[in-house]
Amino acid sequence: MNRREFIKLSSLLGAGAAVSPLLLTGCSAHPLPGSGQVSRTPTFCDMCFWKCAGFVYREDGEPWKIHGNDNDLHSEGRLCTRGTAGLGNYEDPDRLQKPLLRVTGADGRQTFREASWDEALDFITGRMKSIAENHGADRFAMLNHGYGAHHFSHLMRAWGSGSRAEPAFAQCRGPRDVGFKLTFGEGLGSPERTDMEHSRCIVLIGSHIGENLHNGQVQTLANAWRRNATVITVDPRFSVPAGKSKYWLPIKPGTDLALLLAWMHVLIDEGLYDRDYVQRHATGFEQLKEHVARYSPEWVYLETGIQPELIRTTAREMAASAPATLIHPGRHTVWYGDDTQRSRAIAILNALLGSWGRKGGLYIQEKVRLPKFPLPAYPKPKSDFRAAHGARYPFAYKGVSNAIIEASIGEDAHYKGLLVYGTNLPMTIPGIRPQLKAAMDSLELVVVVDTMPSEITGYADVVLPECTYLERYDNLRNSGERHPSLALRMPVFEPRHESKPGWWIARELGHRLGLQKYFPWKDYSEVLDWQLKQVGSSLQEMQKIGVKNFPRTRPRYFVDGQPVQFRTPSGRIELYSQQLADQGFDPMPEYTRPQQPPQGYYHLNYGRMPAHTFGKTTNNALLFQLAPENTLWVNPLVASAQGIENGEYVRLANPDGIISNRIRVRVTERIRPDSVFMAHGFGHRSRRLRLTHDVGADDSELMTNVKVDPIMGGTGMRGNFVTIVRETA
Amino acid sequence: MARYAMVIDTLLCIGCGDCVVACKTENKVPEGLNRDWVVEATRGTYPNLTTEFRSERCNHCSHATCVYMCPTGASHHWQDTNIVLVDPNKCTGCKACIAACPYDARLVMHPGGYIDKCTFCHHRVEKGLNPACVSTCPTHCMYFGLLDDPSSEVSELLRTRNYKVLAPETGNQPNVYYLT
Repeated sequence: MNRREFIKLSSLLGAGAAVSPLLLTGCSAHPLPGSGQVSRTPTFCDMCFWKCAGFVYREDGEPWKIHGNDNDLHSEGRLCTRGTAGLGNYEDPDRLQKPLLRVTGADGRQTFREASWDEALDFITGRMKSIAENHGADRFAMLNHGYGAHHFSHLMRAWGSGSRAEPAFAQCRGPRDVGFKLTFGEGLGSPERTDMEHSRCIVLIGSHIGENLHNGQVQTLANAWRRNATVITVDPRFSVPAGKSKYWLPIKPGTDLALLLAWMHVLIDEGLYDRDYVQRHATGFEQLKEHVARYSPEWVYLETGIQPELIRTTAREMAASAPATLIHPGRHTVWYGDDTQRSRAIAILNALLGSWGRKGGLYIQEKVRLPKFPLPAYPKPKSDFRAAHGARYPFAYKGVSNAIIEASIGEDAHYKGLLVYGTNLPMTIPGIRPQLKAAMDSLELVVVVDTMPSEITGYADVVLPECTYLERYDNLRNSGERHPSLALRMPVFEPRHESKPGWWIARELGHRLGLQKYFPWKDYSEVLDWQLKQVGSSLQEMQKIGVKNFPRTRPRYFVDGQPVQFRTPSGRIELYSQQLADQGFDPMPEYTRPQQPPQGYYHLNYGRMPAHTFGKTTNNALLFQLAPENTLWVNPLVASAQGIENGEYVRLANPDGIISNRIRVRVTERIRPDSVFMAHGFGHRSRRLRLTHDVGADDSELMTNVKVDPIMGGTGMRGNFVTIVRETA
Repeated sequence: MARYAMVIDTLLCIGCGDCVVACKTENKVPEGLNRDWVVEATRGTYPNLTTEFRSERCNHCSHATCVYMCPTGASHHWQDTNIVLVDPNKCTGCKACIAACPYDARLVMHPGGYIDKCTFCHHRVEKGLNPACVSTCPTHCMYFGLLDDPSSEVSELLRTRNYKVLAPETGNQPNVYYLT
């Protein structure tokens, strides 16, 4: 309903509509929401990595609600479940309040004691200087997640360290971005360059959009459904998008690459691929044709369980809508250790359909050309993240977090100090706990910067409490998008307790390290204002509008007839990858049959639930009320074979003897009988997370069978098997 | 009586619960209580399945049994519309409305000592805004408007799409419609 309709309504209702709202509910003891003094402040969200812009509303000075900014491309004015619940992070009573220092008591027990900021910062910089003197500044590494990390990566680079890694690479998007870079010369970006708002056919393979609430993805996919686009979902589970798709292919876990090769086979065999596009832009087609000849739908059926006719029909559907067909690249792609190759297969399939650079496929992103605040150049670090893995993982163009942890173990370890920002490593990297503990024993300094007392804080020498995103400035959001666009995050509230903004912490550390010239500001707003003024805006303007959109300066899609230079060695789309061949890898994706579960074991499948961002939000009271625990999905056949009932608690055991926390059984037809499923992010062991402590099970601790991708170091998590252990009464 | 309707497209609803959180924050609903909720209904056996998600709440019935059954007049239709409200000052917490509601849509019990429920965000409606859930839904699967206006979006949707209401047999004439 819009405002105009309301006027109609008023005339319909006559005088009644003029009654004061207070009279409607009786008296001022029960005021209606919004009847007080309302103010709003712009921000962009930090509940996940999507960074949707919105406004935070206060009523009579009290926190009220958060709503999307209508001018925002990431959210189109609508935040997701988690974004709407952002105030729960600000109000969380379990937040870190003061800096903490590890101390050893007279009885030898180690505990934390509260410290002043001066004491904590002096302690950190004292150790950083001693590491730099004895080993070199480059031996201090950083592992991070989240947008606030840039203050600390700035500090690290100014200090002379080149070793930073995000689990977002080797535990999530890495294989996908490497696979696409090898093929098209570019990755997908975040938000992804998927043009689903215009797609006529969308293939989701292992991507459960709607259960993950990547906002722009959800909205554009919903619009595709609204337009009756053909959606093909490949998932061993009857996921939310599977239930809304024209085709659901309930694939046998781990066989996705075989299906992708069979689709290529059909497209080439039946001449359905975009011949003109491939001729114009790609190289290696003849090799590819020969390569996929043996992946017939009949052969692939035996691997995947997908009927040959269904493989053919779906391939024809893709071709019928091409180039407005998107084979979705997914996001969390570290599955079986051959993930770069599977992502390559997705990239190649998109190339055969001619969808890269085309409307309804994968568009060309554009950012704002935003000048950097003038600062001196960084010193050249003596080593960078590659020191952690040496010659392994030749295509890791970003730091491999697990490799940095491994290179922190032992007296002769490369790394001597570690800063962890906003990432809960024990629940983020599969089966990492033993290595993490060993690394923490060896490292001379471990600093954790976080808002919450997550498990990783327990490994730290010093814990620094950052304030939440609602209490601080961060860098301007400038993501590659459909249009160039900037968004502002600014403090809505004063930092609670003694928490501080990341920019302040980094600056204070920098000044103590003698790096004043890299931190010349008193307040980070000076940097933002300077940058905004370079592009015709100002902090003052952005504090009102929150988001500023700019016109595109180049086309969003390839222009017909114009040549395209791809950023690959050949300058073309590389269906056959000489780069991979040169490093001893398969130049075109090969399928390997996945390991099968031992008798009595099930595939451990995992994923997201819309109420939570991994384990980061499970202690948020608003979201906890909506989704307090994860459940173990089991097929009724499994439930009856195991003698378990809906709603009962069980534990999971893996072949290495790891036994999970309790998890509630959900008996559902929506899962294959050879698999179980749970949402990731539960089973917290930190007692200081009082709501979520000990609630639900943690999939990541059951992942001891990690298949590392030799191309880029990604940790494949889906080759794990579990058996169900009943709780004895 | 002016009839407000909420129309929810189950073909687009992903069951994310954003409507629940938006309602809780907009209306400052106390911890542990919800005025709306999401239901998942799966039918069939693997692999021949259908799943429907429904965001449910008070149906703001045109013939609201809760209003008829309320002994104090606390439950009432707002300003000659179908929007059912509870006046906290008249409510004694006797729960007759809870027994009378075929949708189990009433909260037991607001800490203030009265029965609470969805208001269709009438405080927003009178400003010409959609209810908080409708204006937040990330798939835009929820619609709100006047059924009396044949040109409204909700009227148009009910004219052109298949739909159902919950428990029509009660005769309550519910006003939350589910597109199927």
